[in-house]
Amino acid sequence: MSFYSNSARFNEARRVAVFGGTHGNEMSGVTLVNLWMKNSAEIQRKGVETKPFITNPKAVDTCTRYVDMDLNRAFTPENLSAPGGDDLPYEVQRAQEINRMFGPKGSPEAYDVIFDLHNTTSNMGCTLILESSKDHFNLQMMTYIKKAIAPDTCLVLLNEHPLLKYSTTRSVAKHPVGLEVGPQPQGVLRSNIFEAMRVIIKHALDFIQLFNEGMEFPPCTVEVFQVSERIDYPRDANGNIIAMVHPSLQDCDWEPLNPGDPMFQTFDGKTIHYQGSSTIYPTFINEAAYYEKQQAFVITRRETLVASAIRKA
Amino acid sequence: MEHATFPPLPLVVICGGTHGNEMSGVYIVREMQKQKVEKAGSVSITTVLSNPRAVEACKRYIDTDLNRCFTDALLSGPITDSAPYELRRAHELNAQFGPKGSEEAVDLLCDLHNTTANMGLSLICYSLDWITLHIYKYIQSKVTSVPVRLIQLTIPISEAYSLESVAKHGFSIEVGPQPGGVLRADIFNIMKEALDLTLEWLQKFNSGSTFEGGEVEAYTLVGNVDYPRDPMTGEITAVVHPQLQDNDFKLLQPGDPTFLLFSGKTVKHEGEELYPFFVNECAYYEKKVAFQLARKITLTFPSISVKLDR
Repeated sequence: MSFYSNSARFNEARRVAVFGGTHGNEMSGVTLVNLWMKNSAEIQRKGVETKPFITNPKAVDTCTRYVDMDLNRAFTPENLSAPGGDDLPYEVQRAQEINRMFGPKGSPEAYDVIFDLHNTTSNMGCTLILESSKDHFNLQMMTYIKKAIAPDTCLVLLNEHPLLKYSTTRSVAKHPVGLEVGPQPQGVLRSNIFEAMRVIIKHALDFIQLFNEGMEFPPCTVEVFQVSERIDYPRDANGNIIAMVHPSLQDCDWEPLNPGDPMFQTFDGKTIHYQGSSTIYPTFINEAAYYEKQQAFVITRRETLVASAIRKA
Repeated sequence: MEHATFPPLPLVVICGGTHGNEMSGVYIVREMQKQKVEKAGSVSITTVLSNPRAVEACKRYIDTDLNRCFTDALLSGPITDSAPYELRRAHELNAQFGPKGSEEAVDLLCDLHNTTANMGLSLICYSLDWITLHIYKYIQSKVTSVPVRLIQLTIPISEAYSLESVAKHGFSIEVGPQPGGVLRADIFNIMKEALDLTLEWLQKFNSGSTFEGGEVEAYTLVGNVDYPRDPMTGEITAVVHPQLQDNDFKLLQPGDPTFLLFSGKTVKHEGEELYPFFVNECAYYEKKVAFQLARKITLTFPSISVKLDR
């Protein structure tokens, strides 16, 4: 019997995957998935098949972000249907293989939930990444996780910006969940970061088991940080960076940046100030991999979403 | 101790990008080249990006670690067409600033590095000559934002493998923590300050200042500790323990935790109490080093001034 008049119904989440190594040098996910592939006891839940999987093994072998192109940008419709087999870039081939195994993207056969484990050099703490504001299942799961780890915190980043969103590895699933934990240098495994990620996956899987057993989750509000703009480094005419993230902004992910606040510092010590008209919340501040993507940080705005009650169909 | 005199030091070579993803040095050298910095008062400056291909790719190296190519054996060996890029580069740099061990070698070379380890500002050298000690003392007395330390690699010069061993006097300026491929303003500022103070000292020295001697503490390398590994596969089976992580230069005593096995058990330090550094340096995983260990020593050195020919 449903207690809530407008409970959204979802099928049981029976097929779940945990991806590591989508970027081969983001070590927490690589290490966790390798451990779980050897011994999956920790990620087993009654009634759920949870598959740990290394998505970019060649990049993991060379401990690089990618081989030919960023796997986490590769899952476009064009790439997924491209002919060419072995002539395709390695990551496009991988995307097609992953789409076969865990998708097809957008079809009823696709996996129910995929967690994609990432690290960042930015001081983002634990961040859950949401691709759709209308995914009430994910919104409820993220609310559950946040409550479960309190007083530790986990923020929710929503990227459904028409120009800035991208086709992620996890997007083949019905409910894609990104888990980004930082700061951690590429190629380095830090104990605190590793443990934080492990605990979040534990709670996420607990949620899925409870949901599958018939628990109803009441309506709730979820605070999210919604991606709205990308800010590049100041560059000269040749495209070379001419300033660095200001020491006052460095490591201040999620903190308000007000008009007039320091934003960049030139090499000779001058400050460049934020010229926007309203307070914004920057994140992905000084992520190593984003220099080549022309991104010093991402601007987000705080929003409150409403998640309807959910229960299994 | 008796006052020491040295001939003037008219030239310093400043190297960045010896590892292509250690961004402070890359950008400091690029900026100096952009601004055409060739002099600081009486001191001539030569700047060089040691490993331009690795800088371009934003990787530590292309074929092999450039900063392990400068042993006497490697520098005197033949260079064939199939030689690794970095070995060829090492020969070029040795020809330009050496030859290592000869009278023609440049007086002073300063190599700029970053580390993912929490090492603050560290000067690293092979031999504790008075010049290096005085520059260290000068920097330490003026930098207040981070701890400043001196590390001596106890390796004979013939086996010294890094770039600064090419010069008559050489040291590395190592600043961390900073991830590979990331340029942090605070770390950049610290490195720039250390470099500016080095140049300031050189100018004062050359123009006749006397620098008081004294005592400094230094860390001398004793050994390396690898990660626990699976005996069959060689795979790492533990992470640096959270109580050791970020605690470079904090005394490690027998019984202190060093690693947390993935199984949950703790590995503890055994043996002499020593000072760990380069704790969880990214580039050292492949060198089978989780951290290095040092003994702390106190060094006494004399006052110094330039030897003026009358």
